[in-house]
Amino acid sequence: MNGAWMAQRWQRNPRFGLVLIALALVALPFVVGAGLGNTWLRVLDFALLYAMLALGLNIVVGFAGLLDLGYIAFYAVGAYIYALLASPHFGLHWPVWAILPLGALVACGFGVVLGAPTLRLRGDYLAIVTLGFGEIVRIFMNNLNAPVNITNGPKGIAGIDPIQIGGHALTQPLEFFGVTVPGLALTYYLFLGLTLLVMLAGLRLQDSRIGRAWVAIREDEVAAKACGINTRNVKLLAFAMGASFGGVAGGLFASFQEFVSPESFSLMESVMVLCMVVLGGMGHIPGVILGALTLTVLPEAFRHGAGPVQQALFGQVLVDPENLRMLLFGLALVAVMLYRPSGLWPEPRHRLELGAK
Amino acid sequence: MVCLIGANGAGKTSTLKALARMIPAAGEIRYAGRRIDGLPCHALIGQGLALAPEGRGVFARLSVAENLAMGAYHRAGHDERAAVAEDEARIYGLFPRLAERRRQLAGTLSGGEQQMLAIGRALMGRPRLLLLDEPSMGLAPLMVQAVFDVIRRVAQSGVTILLVEQNARLALAVCNRGYVMESGTITLAGSAADLLADPRVRAAYLGE
Repeated sequence: MNGAWMAQRWQRNPRFGLVLIALALVALPFVVGAGLGNTWLRVLDFALLYAMLALGLNIVVGFAGLLDLGYIAFYAVGAYIYALLASPHFGLHWPVWAILPLGALVACGFGVVLGAPTLRLRGDYLAIVTLGFGEIVRIFMNNLNAPVNITNGPKGIAGIDPIQIGGHALTQPLEFFGVTVPGLALTYYLFLGLTLLVMLAGLRLQDSRIGRAWVAIREDEVAAKACGINTRNVKLLAFAMGASFGGVAGGLFASFQEFVSPESFSLMESVMVLCMVVLGGMGHIPGVILGALTLTVLPEAFRHGAGPVQQALFGQVLVDPENLRMLLFGLALVAVMLYRPSGLWPEPRHRLELGAK
Repeated sequence: MVCLIGANGAGKTSTLKALARMIPAAGEIRYAGRRIDGLPCHALIGQGLALAPEGRGVFARLSVAENLAMGAYHRAGHDERAAVAEDEARIYGLFPRLAERRRQLAGTLSGGEQQMLAIGRALMGRPRLLLLDEPSMGLAPLMVQAVFDVIRRVAQSGVTILLVEQNARLALAVCNRGYVMESGTITLAGSAADLLADPRVRAAYLGE
């Protein structure tokens, strides 16, 4: 099987390509698990969580053009809903299929709460208000342990139930036709499935009436109104949709970590997700996924690679890998923005701007 | 076809924006016998009012065809699809320049072409009243001629036009009736021919 033959097959039948990609995605956790170990399998699971988050934020920032710096608040809301309803903290152990939709719904409500007062704001002003909103949510989580202990404050909530599907907890390996699938790989499949769902939802939205209304608002709000678009409702819808995707991802995060604390939802996380959207290619779904995967995997690669590389080059570790990691990460961001200002994988239509017919 | 002329800062654009429900206004606004001052801006197009905003305001990163399609946004439903396609063809007939560039992004068009696109997009809503805000602004003289030729043709096709313009000579030449605005109040009104002959208008706005 050589490359030319595969390329030929691909052109003749795009389905063949899809099948190849699907097979690769199914095999990926086994390859990674066997070759790089469980740490990297966890990284892979996190990469998918971030892909979901980035796809959610892409609706707000990429489609509707509303700069949101507090997106992680919705992730936090989803995570805390899961933590409160499925942990020994309140002694509640709701099933996952009940909590995830509830988390999405509550996050959606928070999205409207954020959206409603900010309808008239744009650009930098909106960014500052959303930034404040993100911090408010985090600080609430930090302080809601008195007078009534709801969130357990900075100590966070531990012992969260892992996701159970059909009575099988995703932390346990599963025997499947004689093949043992490790728990982390099961989580991978679940996250992969949900990421694909979020992606399909995003693609459908983009092609819908609502999607076109979002783009119109992004391009020119006055003209959008003149075209008969109810800009208020359509903007609120963008916030609500983005927030509910964030809520689902938050719930998955809580069950995956089995622990949540306010620390996980800092401003840095919001900025990170925004970076994924911008770096990947705002408004372009495959680009955004690429951005999320890159920005999750690269820092981890630096973390694990920087020490050994220095050892090999200089015979000793000169700079703490942890510090070097952020430095290299920052440089990579600067380089991408300088050389590919519309992202790693921008929407093809940007090329049209050069005047091609 | 009516025009509202006046100097910079006389309140022409504000009047139009108030009509289009983009800024709050005191008092009553009536259109075709019905009050429209309680309606939100986006509902006006359903009432037959369309606005081509000042400074053109096209969707820069959408193609010409997509811009026109957005103009028909409120006309949802499958039965409308054929009618929308027909209108699109009609607008390409009106603006052959747009037809040539239908797949090009609106942001790459020249100023005059963008103005044509803004008018075309407003027409896609099948308005009975078209509000035009300074269509000559920032255009080359030849382009202004071309744009005004089209405006005249649109008016002949039965659409009422309210034109807000600083270029008084041009506006009065195409309109039937005119109003002159100064610091937010109408100071003169009459047929375009009368206004053109009025010595006060000639002195203040026509530079004679």
